[in-house]
Amino acid sequence: MTTHMNGEAVDQLTASQKIDGLERSTATQSDLAAACSAQVKEEPAKRAGDTEQSTLPPSRLEEVSEWHIGGKALTSRFFLGTAAYPSPQILQDAIATSGAQVVTMGLRRQLAHGAEAGDFFALIKATGAHLLPNTAGCHTAREAITLAHMARELFDTTWIKLEVVGDAHTLQPDPFELLAAATQLVKDGFEVFPYCMDDLVSCQRLLDAGCNILMPWGAPIGSGQGLVNPGALRTLRARLPGVPLIVDAGIGSPADAVQAMELGLDAVLLNSAVAHAVDPVRMARAFKLGIASGRLAYEAGVMPRQDMAVASTPVAGHPILL
Amino acid sequence: MTTTDTEPKTITITVNGTPETTNARTLQEWLDARGVLPAALATAVNGNFVPRSQRAQQPLAEGDTILTFQPIEGG
Repeated sequence: MTTHMNGEAVDQLTASQKIDGLERSTATQSDLAAACSAQVKEEPAKRAGDTEQSTLPPSRLEEVSEWHIGGKALTSRFFLGTAAYPSPQILQDAIATSGAQVVTMGLRRQLAHGAEAGDFFALIKATGAHLLPNTAGCHTAREAITLAHMARELFDTTWIKLEVVGDAHTLQPDPFELLAAATQLVKDGFEVFPYCMDDLVSCQRLLDAGCNILMPWGAPIGSGQGLVNPGALRTLRARLPGVPLIVDAGIGSPADAVQAMELGLDAVLLNSAVAHAVDPVRMARAFKLGIASGRLAYEAGVMPRQDMAVASTPVAGHPILL
Repeated sequence: MTTTDTEPKTITITVNGTPETTNARTLQEWLDARGVLPAALATAVNGNFVPRSQRAQQPLAEGDTILTFQPIEGG
């Protein structure tokens, strides 16, 4: 180790600053892109597949850029759930304020007549958002497949958020039943949005089965724990460039959503974090801004972390001692 | 026991987990009797999805299970 003394130490610092400044000024677009891609240096997996998304973050200056998923062009990267709001009016206002262009819905085993069943659906349809029905509550591939077909008929969409729960306490997906259901539903012509674990290999199996999209969990549904395993999500992003990745479940605060977006995930799906907020409409806006901010940060390329301080004020040529 | 009468027999089916009796012979007849708008729900018989267009051809027999699903809020 070098012992730094008075002017000598400062000279060294100045030199390192100069090198640092030089490196910054000559950094190429691909360097920046490499830095953006979550700082994981693995090669992309061959199974990543061809999607419309570029592996390089675009360097546009618009606040929001268009992206594509499931055959639709979107500008928002915020998918919002419709459950557990204090009132239908607050739900409607929250959707409007969120700017979400995709909202999730469910199906329930019931036989209600007329308005009782239709009002809620009409309210959601009036928002103009794309509908993403889910298969919540299913525990087997067979149940999920049947429910998906029902959803396609009821909601008039091929999109399905495929949920096959494997554990009652964590509501985490059953990767085996999920894969079985996804395999069949892809054959049946669905655009499957699988709610899946953040495990790389099981995600690759879903892609092999024909899924074009993955929705890894952040944390157990409704827990608000945020991203319990950001490293796994970082690995997914690095190994599956071009595959739309949507964090689904577990988001608690906008900070969690910012983190997901900074990791380079493509969108965030959440429900409870808005619905259970003291003021859901205000929170919808907070998430909208957070998601947009996190995406901008990813596109801009977050600076690398340093273990030690790196002076930001240039000191070359300044008097050292007054 | 053999019966040759032409009057509709009453059968017992299970609807969303609850047993009920019906004279309906097809899923469509059963729905018509219930007075539910055909587009307001999706149907399955014995766990198999029955599309709207197939309801009139879907026979109902003693012991069959009908499930009906409707849109609700969801996350």
